[in-house]
Amino acid sequence: MLNNRKFYISGFIASLFLAGVVSFYASSHPDGLEKVAEEIGFLETAKENTNAGVVFSDYGTKGVDNERASVGIAGVIGVLGTAVVAGVAFKLIARKPKDKKN
Amino acid sequence: MHIPDGFLDVQTSVIFTGLSAAGVAVALKGARSQLDEKTAPLAGLTAVFIFAVQMLNFPVAAGTSGHLLGGALAAVLVGPWAATLALTIVLLVQAFLFADGGLTALGASTFNMSIVGVWVGYGAFLLVRKILPKNKASIPIAAAIGGFVSVPMAAFSFTLQYAMGATATFSTSTVLGAMVGTHVLIGIGEGLITGLTVSAVIASRSDLVYGWKNNNQSLEIRNA
Repeated sequence: MLNNRKFYISGFIASLFLAGVVSFYASSHPDGLEKVAEEIGFLETAKENTNAGVVFSDYGTKGVDNERASVGIAGVIGVLGTAVVAGVAFKLIARKPKDKKN
Repeated sequence: MHIPDGFLDVQTSVIFTGLSAAGVAVALKGARSQLDEKTAPLAGLTAVFIFAVQMLNFPVAAGTSGHLLGGALAAVLVGPWAATLALTIVLLVQAFLFADGGLTALGASTFNMSIVGVWVGYGAFLLVRKILPKNKASIPIAAAIGGFVSVPMAAFSFTLQYAMGATATFSTSTVLGAMVGTHVLIGIGEGLITGLTVSAVIASRSDLVYGWKNNNQSLEIRNA
């Protein structure tokens, strides 16, 4: 049994490593839905995403030419972003009424 | 399985945004009564881990890849309500920060992955858990099967949306066959990753695993 601290730190570091380093080696082939859409022919009905211009569009970092760094930075930002959003959300959800301090 | 803008018409997008909003509201209520200070951090870590692993597309067949959806994984680790919320947070981050999945299709994608993926995966997990011996080793196996089943079911759910309101006019049965066929293959990867991850968490902190605790009456702790 790991203590809380060790467990959460290892889980978080594993996530950073997967998104920041291993992601470079991920398959770049289209995923199941995209491939099916392409083969059947309805991929062309896809419109460009409304916010396709965002800095980390498609898991790359705008302005970073090195591919390993580009996807790695995007992955790390995604892990941190998810951690902040999910961390705050679940902390609020788990808070019981009796903890409320006015 | 992130749906881009344009695949579905406005009416279908609106319907599924409504359904997903209702599903997320129910999940919020469930998670509120189930999560406590001890389990909330695991819900957060689950979202983070699923985001990371969803970046790791694995090859499934010629020219096709798949990635973890994570619905069954999250449901077994933190319960189906918190799992629906965790998956929804991942999809929101992906859509807004990475333009992965269209914003108008976000409701439909959420329905397929955060609701169908989570609840079908969890349902299959419960069924298999019932059949297997009541010990820790059974939990990762049941979770893996839940994961495997959840992916073609999410693909089926997309096909339903396609039938209701695709902008394209190709036959639904063609789409159904291709979607389910491809996603059975992706489901194998989903099952493997789900089983391995659950077994790692069971080995290090079985006391945190929802799908184990709630199988084991003597360990069940409920905070009112």
